[in-house]
Formats: sequence, C-alpha cells, structure tokens
Amino acid sequence: MRAATTAHPLVPPGRWKAWAGLAVFATAYVWAVQGVEVSVARLVSGLPLLARILGLMLAPDWSWLGRAVAGMAVSVQVAVLGTTLGMALAFPLAFVAARNIGRPATSVPGKQLLNLIRTFPEIILAVFFVAAYGPGPLAGMMAIGLHSSGSPGKLYAEVVETIDPGPLEALRAVGATRWRVFRFAVLPQVLPEFLALSLYRLEINARAASVLGLVGAGGIGTLLVQALQFRRWEVVGTALLVIVVAVTLIDTASAALRRRLV
Amino acid sequence: MPGAKTRLTVGMLALSALYAWSVAGLRAYPTTLWEGLPVFLRLFADMVPPNLAILPALVDPLVQTLQIALVGTTQGAALAVPLILLAARNVTRSPWLYLAARGLLNLLRTIPDLLYAAILVAVVGIGPFAGILALTIFSLAVIAKLTSESLEAIDPGPLEALEAAGANRLKTIRFAVVPQILPAYLSYTLFVFEINIRVSFVLGLVGAGGIGQTLNTALQLFRYQSALTIILVMLAVVIVIDAGSVRLRQALA
Repeated sequence: MRAATTAHPLVPPGRWKAWAGLAVFATAYVWAVQGVEVSVARLVSGLPLLARILGLMLAPDWSWLGRAVAGMAVSVQVAVLGTTLGMALAFPLAFVAARNIGRPATSVPGKQLLNLIRTFPEIILAVFFVAAYGPGPLAGMMAIGLHSSGSPGKLYAEVVETIDPGPLEALRAVGATRWRVFRFAVLPQVLPEFLALSLYRLEINARAASVLGLVGAGGIGTLLVQALQFRRWEVVGTALLVIVVAVTLIDTASAALRRRLV
Repeated sequence: MPGAKTRLTVGMLALSALYAWSVAGLRAYPTTLWEGLPVFLRLFADMVPPNLAILPALVDPLVQTLQIALVGTTQGAALAVPLILLAARNVTRSPWLYLAARGLLNLLRTIPDLLYAAILVAVVGIGPFAGILALTIFSLAVIAKLTSESLEAIDPGPLEALEAAGANRLKTIRFAVVPQILPAYLSYTLFVFEINIRVSFVLGLVGAGGIGQTLNTALQLFRYQSALTIILVMLAVVIVIDAGSVRLRQALA
C-alpha cells in the first residue's frame, strides 16, 4: 500500500510502528467494507446510471429557476436570523464561560454547556422544531439558532480570554463601575473578532439552511426533496446550481467583510 | 477618515434592510416564536425517562454507522491523492489542469454532505451505500483542498535538487513531495474522519443508513423515549471519539 512505502523516510527508527498502524487500519477497513456490503462490482455496475443522472442534472430546467431562487432566498433568511439568534445566545454564555471575566465556578459548567450544544446535531433539533412549530422555515431558524450558539460561544469565550487586562485595570483604578469597565474596556477589544466569527458562522449556516428542508424545515431543501421524490433530475440540477451560486456569493462577501474586520 | 461615518450609516441601513426582509419573509415575530417554545419543551419532557430496553438493538446500527464513516473517509482520502497533486501549483505545471482541479474542489465543497446523501439515496436507494458515497465525495473534496494548500507551501529545495539531478516526475514526487506532505495529509484525514463520524450519525435522517435511520423510525412512530436513548448513545460516542482523536493528534504531532 502507498502509505507503507512512504512512511519509511519519515520515521526511520519507528518503522515497525508505521507497519503496525497500517495493519490495524487495513483490518479495520476490511471489516468495515464487509459490514456495509460495498463491493467494487456494485460500484462499477452503478456507474452508468450515475453518469446518466449527472448528465440530466447538468442540463437544468430553467423554468424552475424562479422557484429555486425563491426557495434559496428563504434559506438565506433562515441563515441570517438563525445566526443572529445563535449570536444572541452565545454572547452572554461566552462571558460566563471565559476564565478571566466569569468566575471559576461558572467557567467550567459554561464551557461544558457550550460543548453539549455543539455536539447535539442540528438536523435532529430541526426535526423537533418541525414537530413544535409545524413544517416551515421557522423550525429551521430555531434549530440553527440553538445549535450555532455552541461552537461560536466557545470561540467567543476564547477571544474573551485573550484580551489585554491593561484597560480593565486602568478603568477599575479610576473607580469605574462594572458596566463601564465592560462597555469601554472589554467590548471594544472583543467586538471585531466576535463579528468576524459570526460572519464565518453565517457561511456555515447558509449551507445548513439549504439542507434542513430535507426534514421539513423549509427553504430550498423542501423543493429539493420534492424533486428527488419524483426523480426530476433536471429540477435537482437547477436547485443545486442555485445553492452553489448562493453559497459561493455568501462565502465571498463574508470573506471580504472579515478581512476588513480583523 | 473622511466618509467613514457615511460608510457606517450605509452599512447599518443595509443590515437593517436585511433583517427587515428576513423577519418579514419568515414571519419570524417574537410572539410566534415564543408560542412554539412550550411545545418544543414538552417534546423533551415526553422523552424522559429514556427507554433503555432498546439498547441491545442499537449495537448493530451503531457499528454500521462507524463503518460508514471509516469506509467513506478512507475512500475519499485515497481518491484525493491525484487531486492533491493536480490542485498544487508547484507540482502541476499546466495552468489549465491546475485551475480545473481547483475549480472542481471548490464546487464539490459548496454542496453540504447531507445534500449529497439525499441525492445519492434517490440514485442508489435507501441504505448505507448512499451514505458511504456521500462521505467519499465530501471527504475527497475537503482532504484534497486542505492538503493541496499545504503542498503549495512545502520547501522547494528537495524538488529542485531532484529535478537538477535528472529524476523523473514520479521519483521527484516520491522522494521530494511525499515525505514533506504525508504528515499534513494524515492529520487532515483524521480531522475529516472526526467530522464524518458526526455526519454518519445523522445520515439516516435522509435515508442514508446507520443509527440515524433507527432514530428516524423511532421519531416517525412517536417513540420519543426510544429516541432519547438513541440520542444519548450518539452524544456519548461522539464525546468519546472527540477525546480519543485529540489524544491521537497529540501523539502524531
């Protein structure tokens, strides 16, 4: 195997380790392949069908363009509001979880809570919110909002932990209130990074929002599910094209804004 | 700075317009959102206590989930190798080939993994095969993109030395490129494997196999207490694997 021969110039003394690692890995791989019943024959026999479907998708049905763009617009709205909701939830939690601003008693549980939120899959939250709010984009917005307080909250907390303590001490020394210390010493230091992280999250959430429709949470995913159910590959192609263009535009705009912020 | 205030005003106006458009479009009024919350919380109340009787029945789907992640990541990593070389400017001399590879990788990465899964379920049918194919495509794109970027930053010295000594293309790659890029390739593959484990748990919600499919069935039949058991098992496995992966990466580094 490729990795085996290439491992040797890297780690000459631990060569047997590379071989042992490779053997363990090969065994696991063979076990997994047998478990899921994949075979080269099955892959090869499916290729002509896959090629034919790809051909159909590459010839999008333009009469569906309007509906696809409208669906994507809803997904973008879901992403914008969901990201904002996530930021609003993450903001206070970040200060609670930061070691230098929060107290040690709150920092550890705060971080664990953020970790737990981060681990809970968004699409499962979406299923529950669909049950609570009925099918539609509101469910998607709530799922994205709740889920995307986790990861950014953790990153926000790390930003808070790296701020310069100088301005805080200076303001405290002149007798400023806690609120004023926060407003004039903490906030200006963390805000640009918070915004940059939130923009980055918006990029992730734009993708998530286009997927959540698959479980009934509105947006372009809803259109995609219907097109897939009826095997309308040319409509699937239209929807994918709109998703790719929209996601690329959002990525580009967000990256440009982030470069200005930090 | 002249115009800074104008720019800020324009920016704030644009942001307000974006929010007004979004709130109106989704009818996301605070009252509507507030009214749904009790229903959402009641769902969670219905889930306790978890139905532990289904635990033995979860072993097979759980194993299948991990197998999907393992096979998908491995296949993606293997198929990524030619694309890594093609998408690196210092290895691929032809600008057309380089740009085509880069473009393909960027295109593949804009489509979320669960969308691949949903499409492939429609193509190859419900089951783990669709999930494996989806993870293969997604892993291929991410590993190739990240590794080719590392590859463009390698030390050109060994490359030039081998070329000056008259080594052919294959030998140059084997002795100058591979040793420099292998650690990055392995650590990105491990990183993607971690993502794929998380994804493989939810692939079943769109029909692509694994324990997510068990969860989907439980939810459709309103067996919320069984659903909670499945969710707790998922969370536990993800947390354990995250911890293990951190250790493994520390050992590799």
